[in-house]
Amino acid sequence: MTLAAEIDQNGTSPEKLLTPVLSAFWDEPESWTLDTYRRHDGYEGLRKALAMSPDDLIAYVKDSGLRGRGGAGFPTGMKWQFIPQGDGKPHYLVVNADESEPGTCKDIPLLFANPHSLIEGIVIACYAIRSSHAFIYLRGEVVPVLRRLHEAVREAYEAGYLGKDALGPGLDLELTVHAGAGAYICGEETALLDSLEGRRGQPRLRPPFPAVAGLYACPTVVNNVESIASVPAILNRGKDWFKSMGSEKSPGFTLYSLSGHVTGPGQYEAPLGITLRQLLDMSGGMRAGHRLKFWTPGGSSTPMFTDEHLDVPLDYEGVGAAGSMLGTKALQCFDETTCVVRAVTRWTEFYAHESCGKCTPCREGTYWLVQLLRDIEAGKGEMADLDKLNDIADNINGKSFCALGDGAASPIFSSLKYFREEYEQHITGKGCPFDPAKSTVWADDKNAHRGVNA
Amino acid sequence: MTAPKQEVSLGMPQLPAPAYPADVRVRLEADAKEVIARYPDSRSALLPLLHLVQSEEGHVSRTGMAFCAELLGLTTAEVTAVATFYTMYRRRPSGDYQVGVCTNTLCAVMGGDAIFDRLKDHLGVGNDETTEDGKVTLEHIECNAACDFAPVVMVNWEFFDNQTPESATRLVDDLIAGRTVEPTRGAPLCTYKETARILAGFPDERPGAVEATGGAGAASLIGLKLAKGEAAPQARVVSPRGEAPGDRPQKGAEHLSSHDAPQQTSASDPDHPAGPAAEEGE
Repeated sequence: MTLAAEIDQNGTSPEKLLTPVLSAFWDEPESWTLDTYRRHDGYEGLRKALAMSPDDLIAYVKDSGLRGRGGAGFPTGMKWQFIPQGDGKPHYLVVNADESEPGTCKDIPLLFANPHSLIEGIVIACYAIRSSHAFIYLRGEVVPVLRRLHEAVREAYEAGYLGKDALGPGLDLELTVHAGAGAYICGEETALLDSLEGRRGQPRLRPPFPAVAGLYACPTVVNNVESIASVPAILNRGKDWFKSMGSEKSPGFTLYSLSGHVTGPGQYEAPLGITLRQLLDMSGGMRAGHRLKFWTPGGSSTPMFTDEHLDVPLDYEGVGAAGSMLGTKALQCFDETTCVVRAVTRWTEFYAHESCGKCTPCREGTYWLVQLLRDIEAGKGEMADLDKLNDIADNINGKSFCALGDGAASPIFSSLKYFREEYEQHITGKGCPFDPAKSTVWADDKNAHRGVNA
Repeated sequence: MTAPKQEVSLGMPQLPAPAYPADVRVRLEADAKEVIARYPDSRSALLPLLHLVQSEEGHVSRTGMAFCAELLGLTTAEVTAVATFYTMYRRRPSGDYQVGVCTNTLCAVMGGDAIFDRLKDHLGVGNDETTEDGKVTLEHIECNAACDFAPVVMVNWEFFDNQTPESATRLVDDLIAGRTVEPTRGAPLCTYKETARILAGFPDERPGAVEATGGAGAASLIGLKLAKGEAAPQARVVSPRGEAPGDRPQKGAEHLSSHDAPQQTSASDPDHPAGPAAEEGE
């Protein structure tokens, strides 16, 4: 069957399924500049927002149904509404650009190609929550993005979108770009606030929530890059347009990041609820000659799926009902050459390395998980270790101070659920049955497999 | 495992860190004040200031930490606690070029492990070690948000996408030979010290640095091109799950997860290590 016939049959033409909004002009030669952004309706959403009262603006964003794109899916407008008004304290907006969740790679290309969408969103959000100082907390390890942000902020100041009277007469707005220094935990919003205050990035006890006592103990909104960057388009094109995409509870467009053993890794902007099968169908599927074995819907902290889940709608409810989380829509796909024990061991080493050490279940639990997994991978494990793995993960999950611990338990639980046999093979066979050389990008170059299925 | 070389502790407290030379001090103080002015509360400037002192010496020295403490009204203990928490602060002199190979799961599986092993062999150094000429420090890094460009190598935190062992070997050879090296996404390389200055919040003033390598990498554009009908998919293979693998037993295959040994977090007594004893690993 030809590809075209298949696409027609499934009704999955990319032109119909994809909805580039944030990514609509990334292919322009200087997509990151203010000029390019303005040519694509840039700062039109802001103009409309400033014509509304802040309270109406919050209600509008709330009505649009926009939910947080950083993983948890909390309604963005509701977060803004929680900020107490008339309390006499400064209010802050902090944008979480600490994108570090393994597999997640959407905010970094977004900020590299289109930083003004974030800045416009920041101005709108600050007007809504009556803030005069916003921060972008960017992970430090992405200097090319930092450069573009420095330049975009400079342009926005020069054009008067930031600075004196930016939000109206007497309403100034400062925006500070802050580079982190390498710590996954700072993606957790309260750890991020501690880090931004110049401390070790360790999570805080909640309540009080950041909306009441956040940065410098003042009311603070912490939003993900993509959430804030989505706001200008909602204002400019209307909440009904936004709600025409996705589902009632998960409306709108979003960036899906496809990676791993696929023919077309990259960014796909689509309405919420698209399936992995649709994305793979339109992008050339798994690499030639191989099949999907397991994948994550939203980064390593979301329980893994298998090819049974190809048709799960990738929205907050759909993925939740199938036993995982939408997370950051980081679709890491692994084919049958990949050892699941190796994959989970490596993720667990990551969590152990990144555990901030504040709470015992996570600090100690991730350490012991790594010891057990390394033994199993090296063929030195025992059958009883599998229950022990499950038991330790259970002692981390829900019992640690923040979500890092829950994330560390997810790959353990889900891999044992779907691939227990493979763990057992490592134990009975006293070693790993896989050849890591076969999983590499270049593995098939030598074998002349390439092109067979093209 | 051999313990890292350490001076024998004589039970004496360390002498105070030496101060910066006067001219360096004047220059750094002016920069530091500019950084501090960006924040409502001065302590927020600590992370950028640590980047700033790293831009002076290539690592965060005791002198640098004492400088930060003095400017922010903190104790050196408070500054040290922060400097040792974050992985981007180096605490000993290192190379001009930091070559970081992503060995988190996805990049590792796609070839990052093979690249890292090849570079260790080629350079004759281990993880977090520097070549004798002081040019290249090799380390493995965690996920750098570029999974659609896997396997990824970062040099001074610029992106080198879609690497192979061969391309990575050429890359480090070029760095050592002093040839101009350009990333796939990012600006032509500057030294680690210059990079640290950008991280402290001082924009890169080099002409063309912001524009370099265009708007987006190829993978970032793939969905957009499909939506515009500009690209055709090449293959479609989403076959059902088959039987469990096991037809290629490789008993005793090399253990690939062992290069993540804990790093020292502060000066401690090597004869009395704290923490769980590793009887399982013995």
